[in-house]
Amino acid sequence: MIGSLDAKIPAGPIEQKWDQHKFDVKLVNPANKRRYHIIVVGSGLAGASAAATLGELGYRVTLFTFHDSPRRAHSIAAQGGINAAKNYRNDGDSVYRLFYDTVKGGDYRAREGNVYRLAQLSVDIIDQCVAQGVPFAREYGGLLDNRSFGGAQVSRTFYARGQTGQQLLLGAYSALMHQVQLGNVELNPRSEMLDLVTHDGRAAGIVVRNLITGAITSHSAHAVVLATGGYGNVFYLSTNAKASNVTAAWRAHKKGALFANPCYTQIHPTCIPRSDDFQSKLTLMSESLRNDGRVWVPAKMADGRSPDQIPESERDYFLERRYPTFGNLVPRDVASRAAKHEVDAGRGVGPKQNGVYLDLADSIERFGKDVIEERYGNLIEMYERITDEDPYKVPMRIYPAVHYAMGGLWVDYNLMSNVPGLYVLGEANFSDHGANRLGASALMQGLADGYYVLPATISDYLAPLLGTQPVPVDDPVFRDAEAGVHDQVRRLMSTNGSQSVDHFHRQLGDILWDNCGMARSRESLEKAISDIPALREEFWADVRVLGDHETLNQSLEKAGRVADFLEFGELLCIDALNREESCGGHFRLEHQTDEGEALRDDDNFSYVAAWEFDGVGNAPTLHKEPLEFEYVHLAQRSYK
Amino acid sequence: MDLKLRVWRQVGPSDTGAFEAIDATGISPEMSFLEMFDVINDRLVAEGREAIAFDHDCREGICGSCSMMINGRAHGPEVGTATCQLHMRKFRDGDEITVEPWRARAFPIIRDLVVDRSAFDRIVETGGFITAPTGSARDANEILVPKEAADLAMDAAACIGCGACVAACPNGAAQLFTAAKVSHLGVLPQGQPERYARVVNMVETMEQYFGSCTNHGECEKACPKEISIDFIALLNRDYVKAQFKNRSLAGQKR
Repeated sequence: MIGSLDAKIPAGPIEQKWDQHKFDVKLVNPANKRRYHIIVVGSGLAGASAAATLGELGYRVTLFTFHDSPRRAHSIAAQGGINAAKNYRNDGDSVYRLFYDTVKGGDYRAREGNVYRLAQLSVDIIDQCVAQGVPFAREYGGLLDNRSFGGAQVSRTFYARGQTGQQLLLGAYSALMHQVQLGNVELNPRSEMLDLVTHDGRAAGIVVRNLITGAITSHSAHAVVLATGGYGNVFYLSTNAKASNVTAAWRAHKKGALFANPCYTQIHPTCIPRSDDFQSKLTLMSESLRNDGRVWVPAKMADGRSPDQIPESERDYFLERRYPTFGNLVPRDVASRAAKHEVDAGRGVGPKQNGVYLDLADSIERFGKDVIEERYGNLIEMYERITDEDPYKVPMRIYPAVHYAMGGLWVDYNLMSNVPGLYVLGEANFSDHGANRLGASALMQGLADGYYVLPATISDYLAPLLGTQPVPVDDPVFRDAEAGVHDQVRRLMSTNGSQSVDHFHRQLGDILWDNCGMARSRESLEKAISDIPALREEFWADVRVLGDHETLNQSLEKAGRVADFLEFGELLCIDALNREESCGGHFRLEHQTDEGEALRDDDNFSYVAAWEFDGVGNAPTLHKEPLEFEYVHLAQRSYK
Repeated sequence: MDLKLRVWRQVGPSDTGAFEAIDATGISPEMSFLEMFDVINDRLVAEGREAIAFDHDCREGICGSCSMMINGRAHGPEVGTATCQLHMRKFRDGDEITVEPWRARAFPIIRDLVVDRSAFDRIVETGGFITAPTGSARDANEILVPKEAADLAMDAAACIGCGACVAACPNGAAQLFTAAKVSHLGVLPQGQPERYARVVNMVETMEQYFGSCTNHGECEKACPKEISIDFIALLNRDYVKAQFKNRSLAGQKR
């Protein structure tokens, strides 16, 4: 049983919490670091930066990734940028303002202590990345350039064209590969974690399947670090990469780690609208386009005219109209709901009337096509390839799509889960974004966790373990876990039903999008909670996975991940049903203001909902971590 | 659209592969090339045949996973486009399309269209970095980087590591990949201290795995990010210079 949740936020003024904490934690002396073994799972921004930094410090690190190379992790697809409170623009930015914006942007559902630390570290991240050779955009004088992002009135976003995530990941990957070459990090690509192993209640290691040979092996260490990304693909269609999944986090959850706030899913406002049933994923168009693009719909219902035939007076720039102060740069949850509102009202555009316009015409006229091309060239090209339309001539069409998971495994201030020795980083944890993440903050958090937070806090757990050896992999706890993994593989291979894995994944996605998407209600959630177990049962009775489990078998990989989504999806809906309020990305139709904005209930729901697993199909147990706000004034969010 | 596919099938690294004819009927021109493969795979599974293995992930042209040789061209007919961003509207009804894995000695086939590209990681680990341990950096704006240098570095850094350059090269050379990494770091002020050691280490590792460059220029044509072959000239210049520089840095001892 799990006692009360202690987030271990240090006492003292918010500006001093992190420094004081770094002084208070136990340290491991440099010569002793070699005596500790740490497993890192995942090679995105958080995993690669953590593994590289732990390796630099002298720990023995083993990294596992299911990709063929660490550089493929989905952080690579982040486009727009990374926030940092450098105040290089002299526009009134500060660590305190980034902290404040992030807590407010998260609709007051994040921990103040964590967010303040994130804002502090943002500054160091940029320094670190520049030193590594990340080619950020520059002014002619050689200084760093910035752009603006949603939810902020300052320009604090650093960027590398529309490929910021790629460049930051290549930076972390290069540092990681350097450590691999030095022998400090052992790299295991094409290896998927399929179970967490605990011993006496502590994380002892993991069970891994080699995706090429099918071999199932155990690996033990003093600590296990999960940096395995978000669960957006539970919706099937999302902006996530095809292989992104919840498996590592979910299997850790089944071994006792609490899952926090799974209902906080971010629907990103600027994605290319869905075009057909065969569609395999949704493509994001960076939020940075809202810097120079104006969002509008025809004022008339079902206006069939092409956009150039619609005069200015018959266009509704609905974000500028409804939110004059922030205009097109309102936070993502607000922009998404506003777009949905217009489309639902029958003013949608495009062949399926399922989008709104994002129009660059005014900016092209003001700055010239060259400037716009320099800022967004690669995005515009990507759009053109997918839609066969030229955004320099015709406004782009956009619509919201599932993008990011604010929820994740529960962690304390040290990024340790409730399972001692199990750390969770980046999108896989729940910690910093509350109920809505601001743009350009995911890269910041992944790198803060990996470069700075974990390397500073992990010694507190490791120091007392000096002289102990990791649990041997022939211990019964590992044998049992391996047997469980073997069993599941056998079960999937032998079901020999009639439907492909994707068939079930699509159905699950439809259930979630229809009932637990941008708008949720008691009725829709109850429906999902009854539909998902039925689909799960059907999956285990009728899934068809062909081939051999001792070779590369992509259907088998997918089947395991979808099996976990079929369990996790239910928890997501249970959490959404429990949270009888609207906040950030979680919008309950029953709880809205007269103007259709999210209506929080701070008296009853100002807490982190952390769920304990009680068996598949059994109701999970809710643990509450109350949120306290000493610095940020709780208010109805306004971007008007 | 109705298409006739010839797809390379190979169970494992040591098996002899062969082309398999697969009819792809009722394909929408709006589909991406990989979405067509999703549809075909669903049909194969329904018929009790194993799905075709292929690498893919982001489907946005940035992760560099996808890697199909389509009608003899790496990533297919559209210039500057990865397979995942290629759409069926670029083909015509009735077309016969041959799909193969990357073919290069350094990229052994794992299964069907999946190859092992880890030789790229080996090149990067021997020099594709700037040594900057976490925490040691000074304020970012203390390093001035001329815009031209930053832009040029970014042009090179846009490489997605897909391996199309190697697959397109008659020699199976990895010069464009290596040149892109060497140039990205070598044109930046931060990259100067290790510049000449980097180029030597990376080129030497590259030569352990890959063929030699004889200036065919196929790599540039095949590159989905349109990375310029000029970077190979930069690589060669730095490599030659390094033969002298490294000696003088080491006090003429070599």
